This record gives sequence, structure tokens and C-alpha cells, in this order.
Amino acid sequence: MKNNYSLFSLIKNAFSYHENWEKAWKDPEPKKEYDTVIIGGGGHGLATAYYLAKKHNMKNIAVVEKGWIGGGNTGRNTTIIRSNYLWDASAGLYDHALKIWENLSQELNYNVMFSQRGVMNLAHNLQDVRDLKRRTHANRLNGIDAVYLDTEQVKKFCPIINTSPNIRYPVLGGTLQKRAGTARHDAVAWGYARGADQMGVDIIQNCEVKGIKRNGDIVEGIETTKGFIKTKKIGVVAAGHSSVIANMAGLKLPLESKPLQALVSEPVKPIIDTVVMSNAVHAYVSQSDKGELVIGAGTDDYVSYSQKGSHDIVEGTLNAILELYPIFSRMRMLRQWGGIVDICPDASPIISKTTIKGLYFNCGWGTGGFKATPGSGDLFAHTIANDEPHKLNAAFNINRFVSGDLVDEHGAAAVAH
Amino acid sequence: MFLINCPFCGEREQSEFKAGGEAHIVRPKQPTELSDDEWAEYLFMRKNIKGIQFERWNHVHGCRKWFNIVRDTSNDQIKAVYKMGEKPPVKQND
Repeated sequence: MKNNYSLFSLIKNAFSYHENWEKAWKDPEPKKEYDTVIIGGGGHGLATAYYLAKKHNMKNIAVVEKGWIGGGNTGRNTTIIRSNYLWDASAGLYDHALKIWENLSQELNYNVMFSQRGVMNLAHNLQDVRDLKRRTHANRLNGIDAVYLDTEQVKKFCPIINTSPNIRYPVLGGTLQKRAGTARHDAVAWGYARGADQMGVDIIQNCEVKGIKRNGDIVEGIETTKGFIKTKKIGVVAAGHSSVIANMAGLKLPLESKPLQALVSEPVKPIIDTVVMSNAVHAYVSQSDKGELVIGAGTDDYVSYSQKGSHDIVEGTLNAILELYPIFSRMRMLRQWGGIVDICPDASPIISKTTIKGLYFNCGWGTGGFKATPGSGDLFAHTIANDEPHKLNAAFNINRFVSGDLVDEHGAAAVAH
Repeated sequence: MFLINCPFCGEREQSEFKAGGEAHIVRPKQPTELSDDEWAEYLFMRKNIKGIQFERWNHVHGCRKWFNIVRDTSNDQIKAVYKMGEKPPVKQND
């Protein structure tokens, strides 16, 4: 690597007041033709390009992004990473990602600030207890670390939780995945962009796709705001806008795009050193390295591309947070924002070929795509390079909505939708 | 968050309503005759339009009646409201 980040490079650049750092990626104009074009410069898209170049030896790749890289859901999520999903297919998929996360900073030579601080999921009623115990057992059969905690153990792990039996939805127990945690979302996009750029991938920002050109059932290229780009393979990783791109190719997807909100508080001293999620009352919270509480709210129930959510959703989430953590009653919220998430009927993603040759979709991650970023990129790159799915994403094909072989993960998805 | 003009109750906050998804998806007349592809199309495939979308809503915390609205999903502006069984007052593209 020509500009490896190290202690030496840090000292060297300190002498020039950090004004001469090399650009982490170039800003090229598109060439006339590429072997593969990835639509969407978020974490998943950049990771796909990175693994195409690194593991499948493809050299002539472009990532086209209508805004700036990492400016969509990659920069809008609550950065939680875990793999405690119920079904074997999902466990394989998400734990594949988690294993890559564990060495990602070293691999990319870029600090993604992956912090394995644990993720705790709370149970508030008997059905929650049964479901979470079942999920713990399923996780352990799949080699995923998971333990079930009773109320006292929950209190011990996170002392600020109100475990009084007298609250509206008392805490009856919870699960804990210790290998789970958080990472810095921007760094993931930037690290993959830098890595891909060093291997010759063109990252083209401010370039919106306007159409997909096909000859019968074979793709020929894309129309963009920077002109026509010829290509034989197109990987679409457009999250909330997947249906819009699919429509350009004359395809329909089983997706609905809905606003999902998050918010952060003013920064405070360290108070919560883990991630706590509660499906039943819909509250999840962690603390960023800056000290802000990072709070995820639910999705609105209507289709919208407005990147705004409803106030009543935020109010509901904050009500639940206040009951679980009375200590936060005087915290002030600093910022609130929305992202558009593409939700599949079974709350599982699609990483798949389509009926059109050379057109591949990686979508439907819904409310939980960030955690899968490295695994998703790796498996999608495999699918594009070989024109065949990897065994870990074979179950996540688009045809499951015809065959009925769904991967229902509404219970493990954590965000109500 | 936006206001919805319920055809039975008048203008209320969106939080009083439940979105029922894409409108005018016709229930198959002969379910036993349907192929797997046709079932997938009916059950799962959605237009998920960015722009003018026709959809069903239910006034769950009001009159509990179903009706249709035409909404621009790129900015949540409502273009028209009409009752179940009525013809859409705006033309549907495609």
C-alpha cells in the first residue's frame, strides 16, 4: 500500500501540520466502459467493489453514487453490530459479517472503531422470555455466543436500567451477545472507499443513475447524469431507492421503503457502556464515543422517500426510554434525522441474481443493514463475480417470494415494522 | 407527520390513521387457479413508487373506515382523498 497509515506517517505529517495527507480516494470522471458498475456508494456498495477487486481480481470497476459516499443510510444508522438472529440462514449471514468486523480495521488499515461492548435484548412479557430463550438456544447451536440473563443479571450488566416490577412493562430478563457492539459508520465507508480506490476502483460521486439500458434480457449499461456508461454487470446496492432502480430495468421487487428515525442527545460523561435494545417497548440506546446517547426509533408505517419521520414515533420511543432509564429524564435531544429503509415482507435481505442477465440486487436490509456491511459486500461480490450465489447467501435469493421459502426474522429484527 | 382529510371525519393528524399499503391490488377471482408467480405478484411485489402513489388508509383511532388517498411519496403531499369503490380523481400512470 503506498500510503499506509502508521505511527510513522502520523509523526511525519505532524511536521507539516497535517496539511499534506494524501487524499484517501481520487475523484475521477467516469470512463466509457467498465466490467462491473456498482450503483450506490454506501458501505455495502463500497465493500462490494472492494471485495470484487481484492478477492475476485476484477480491475475495471466503478461505484456510482448520486450524492456523496456514505451519505445515505450508512451515515444515518445507530451503528449496532450483532449476529443473534434466529434461523440458520440468517445466523450464517450475520455471523460471517461479524467475523469480518473483528479484523476489519487491520485489513483496511483504517480504524473503524469496532467496539465489542455487547448487545443486550430485553424481555418484558412471558412471550418475550420464551422467544428470547429459544433464540439463545438457536444461536448457540449455530456457534454464536449468546446467554440468557434474568432480571438481576440484567441489572448487574447495566445498572441504570429500572428493573422495578412496578413499571408498565417490567424487565423479566434479557439476552446478551458479548461479541456484538458498535463501529464508526463513516469510517466503514471511508475505509472501504480508500481500500477499493487503491486497487483501482473508480468512485464516482454526484452521479445519479437515470436509466438502465438492456438488450432483451441482457444489460448493456447505465444512463447517468454524467453520460452513458457501458457495462456487462450491474450490482444495485441502493437501499431505500432499490425499487426506483428496479423500475428502470422493468422489474418489481417485494419491497416497501419507509422512513426510519434516530436521534442523539447532548453529550454527557460515560453512563452506558453497552447497547440495550427492547423490542416490546421499542427503545434502544447506546452511547457514542463523543458521549451522546444514540437512540433508534421505529419506522413509520407508510411508504415515503422524504427522509423525515413522524413526531409521534419519536415521542413513543422517548416515553419507553424514560420508563426504562429514569436517570435520563432531564437529557436534552440534540439532533434527529431519518433515513429511508427498504423492507422485505420477511424482514430478511435479498442478495441475488435477477431474471435479467448481468443485473444483481443487494437490497431489503430494512432496519438492520449496517451490521452486515462487510459480509454483505463479500457475498455480493462473490455472487456478481461467479454469477452464482455463495452458499451463505443462497437462501436470500429473490425467488424465495415465489417458492415460499421465506426467512422470517421479524422477531430478531428488533425494530418494529 | 402530516394531516389527512378523512372523507368521513374531516382533517386529522396522520397518527390517528393506519397505512394499508398500495391500493387497487385486486384480489384473485380464482385463487385455486393461480400459479406461484401470480401468488408472489399478488402477495409480495409492490410498486413502491417514489412520486405519486395510490394507497389505502384506515382511520383506526376515529371512524375506523377504510378509504384511499393519492400521495406524493417524495414529499408526503396528499393530492386527493376518495372513498373505497370510487374511481381515483387523479389519473394513474402506467
